[in-house]
This record gives sequence, structure tokens and C-alpha cells, in this order.
Amino acid sequence: MWITLQLTLGGALLAIVIAVVLGLGARVHNIVVRGLCRTVIEFFRGTSLVVQLFFLFFVLPQFGLELPAMVCGILGLGLNYGAYAAEVVRGSINAVPAGQWEATTALSLSKTQTMRRIIFPQAWALMIPSLTNYLIHMLKGTAIVSFITLSDLTFHTEQLRVQTDTFFAYGVSLVIYFVVAYILTLLMNGLEVRAKHRLGRGEPLREALSVKAPNTTVAAEGGRSA
Amino acid sequence: MPTTTDSETAPESGAPATAPAIRFQDVEKRFGDNVVLKDLNFEVSKGDRVTLIGPSGSGKTTILRLVMTLEKATGGYIHINGEPLTHELRGGKRVERSEKAQKQIRKRIGMVFQQFNLFPNMTVLENIIEAPVHVLGQSKEQATRRAMELLESVGLPNKAKAHPLQLSGGQQQRVAIARALAMDPEILLLDEVTSALDPEIVGEVLAILRRIADTTDITMLIVTHEMQFARDVSNRVLMFDGGRIVEEATPDVMFTEPKHERTQAFLHAVLGGQEGQIGTH
Repeated sequence: MWITLQLTLGGALLAIVIAVVLGLGARVHNIVVRGLCRTVIEFFRGTSLVVQLFFLFFVLPQFGLELPAMVCGILGLGLNYGAYAAEVVRGSINAVPAGQWEATTALSLSKTQTMRRIIFPQAWALMIPSLTNYLIHMLKGTAIVSFITLSDLTFHTEQLRVQTDTFFAYGVSLVIYFVVAYILTLLMNGLEVRAKHRLGRGEPLREALSVKAPNTTVAAEGGRSA
Repeated sequence: MPTTTDSETAPESGAPATAPAIRFQDVEKRFGDNVVLKDLNFEVSKGDRVTLIGPSGSGKTTILRLVMTLEKATGGYIHINGEPLTHELRGGKRVERSEKAQKQIRKRIGMVFQQFNLFPNMTVLENIIEAPVHVLGQSKEQATRRAMELLESVGLPNKAKAHPLQLSGGQQQRVAIARALAMDPEILLLDEVTSALDPEIVGEVLAILRRIADTTDITMLIVTHEMQFARDVSNRVLMFDGGRIVEEATPDVMFTEPKHERTQAFLHAVLGGQEGQIGTH
């Protein structure tokens, strides 16, 4: 259980860093940088996660680089999902309207200022739903690390099955995965509400969390000034 | 119209004080095979208010976008205060200037867009002080004080903390005007700034622009379909068609006795009332 969470969170943090770096790199003007980023993205998207893990865990030691299983797991998950999420980052940045870029040119903001202060905050709100998907996917993807000797949730399920019975063990496992996934979804939804509120759309997170009757005025206000 | 003699190789330093604010010299702009502007030559003196009119697709907006460096000319040279903007003639060849050099000139130019283009991730105040603080290096207090003055002057002093999307189109455009002015531009480009607004709020935006025209000496290059506004504010009107200037006159002459038949046809269509091509831009 703890191993599964560690892998998910560690993998997710690494993945988001990799996604942002590769996603930004895949849209720069310099063809060398762009080509490199695209190659990395395509390589890690295009090869099996299990094989990547085996490579990290069983092949690298032959070249003298022996990494702990946990590091291999986080690295494998982070690279694999980071490559997928890089496309989300790139797509979301491209989805920010051209007028926003033009306004930054008209105000003489530098490229870094433009990306950091104007474009990325807007793209962030766009990427969260897709990133949530990958996060949930990764949580369940962690099951394959039992192949590289880590005792994760699925591994313990097997042990439980031997001690009890099949229905009970897999039933418990389903519930645990679901509860964790649901908690992660709620957290990400919270992030999305906050990000959208910062763009002036929808209510602040605090209000969204408070229990109340369905609010129809928010939708009406949102459609006002197009 | 002062004629300038500074050569196209004019270095960035020592630009003559008499140099026009904007000078187009044999400018060509093409997108692929589509030639939008061809052999375009004109000047805008400092403090001039020049309106560009003409049917849609005649290249008016492209001219503003070239001055703002949102597009780059594919031929010829554009000079701002006698200094080459994006390209210069060096050693007999047309070469692009460094980004640093372009940025220095760009800072003196502001633009207000048809679609406002306010930053939705910032409040109204943050929108206005963003560039003064991060580009001009003003202190936050200084920029805020100036921003509040500007908000006051566009009639929105109590919207500083609002988010752009909570404002009406007219209010957003007034904020966009304040944001452009906060950079103290020498040249202000107005690109169909009322075209996206409901008819009943066009007036409030134009009134503000009229006042800016009356109280400052900012050079303005205006693309608009509001002929009354063009007449009130500008001291020169250029009629475009097919990427060329077909007629140039003071507003009084242009709107009462246009000489060219293309101008006559265009003005008839625009001023003729609702049945014309006003809405087709």
C-alpha cells in the first residue's frame, strides 16, 4: 500500500517535471532542442513500460549502474507517463489563444516572462483534466512493479489471497485502488477549480467545497461577456 | 509632410529629430503566394493621427501588425523615429535586426486589439502593471499609482480587483486601453477596437480615445470602420485597396469629396447605412 503510494506520488512528480521540460522543449524554435525532445517523447511513449522497467532494473546493472528497485520504479513510471503528459503540456500551451501571445509582444514582455506569467498559468487550467487521467492510470500502472521485486498493493493482494480466499482478497484490493484513485481525483478537481477561478471563471475553491444547493447563477455569469 | 533624407542604412544612433514616427519604404508583405502589401510607401509624422480605411482584406490590419512586429515584412523597410524596425540594409543586403534591437523599438509602441486580449489569469490592476513593472522596471507602488490614474481616466476606478472575464466587452476594452497607455507609448496602434463591441457601448470607448487624442501627443495609427470617429480624431486618412494606397487626404476632403472611384464606392457602402458592407469585415 505504502509502496504503491510512494510510486504513484514519486512517479507523478517526476512525470510532471519531465512533461513540462519536454512539452516546452518540443515547441521551441531551435531544431536540435526540439528534435531531441520529440525523440525522447516518442521513445518513451512508443516502448513498453514493463520493458523499460526491466531495462532499468536488470540491464543497467550489467553496465555497472545498480539502482534500488524503488528508484527504478519511479524513474520508469516518471519517464513513461512524463512522455505522454508532455504532449498534454504542449497541446495545452498551443491551445492558449494567439491573441494572448500578441498582447505580450505588444507589451514587450520577454519570452520567459510570457511563458511563465501569461501562457503557462492559462495552459495549466487546460491540462489538469488530462493530467488527472494519467495520474489515475499511473496509480494502477504501479502494479507492474511487482515484476521488479517491489511489494506493492497487488503483490500484497496475492499474499492475502493465499491466506484468505480469492473473492475477499481481490475485493479488498479493488476497494483500496478505487478509494485512492477517488481521493486523487478529488484533489485534482480541487486544483482545477482553483486554476479556473484564477482565470476568473467559476467560484473560488472554498465555496466549491462548501455544501450547498446547486448553483445556477455561476453558469449564467460565465456566459455573459463572451 | 516632412520629407526625410536619412538613408535606409540610418544607424540606430543619431536618428534625426525630424524623422517621421513611422515610415514605410517599399514594404512588401506576402503570406506564401498571397501578396497582401506591395511597394508600400508612406510616412506618419510625430503626433499625427492617421486612419487607414478600405474594404476588408485590403491590408490595413497587416500594416498595424507589421509596426507591432507581430508580422515581419517580406520586403522593404519600416522605420520608427528614423530607426529600422525589423530589417535593415547592411552591406547591400536586407538583414533582420537582432531581437534586442527590435525590442528596444517595440517598447515605444503600444497596441489595442479588436478582441482586447486581456490576460484572464490576472486582475485588471495586474494586467495594467505587468509590463511597467517587468519590462520598464518600475516599482510596484509607482506602477499601481499610475494604473489607478489610468483606470480613473477610463472610468473604471472600482474595477481594479476584478477579473477581465467579469467585465463587459466595453469595460475590457477600456482596461486594454489603460494597459497600453501604462507603457507610455510614443505610437499607439488601434486595430478595429470597437468592432467586437455591442453598438450601444461603442460610444464610451470612442469617447475615451477622443480624449486621449485631445490631451496627448501620442502618434496614432488607426484602423476603424467608425467613419465619424476617423473624422473626429485623425488629421489624415489613407484609403487602401488591394494592398495599395489609392487615395490620401484630410478627413474633411476624404469624407466629403473623395476623388477616387474606389473610395467613393467604399464610403458609399459604409456610410450608406445598414444595407452596405459594414458588417462584412
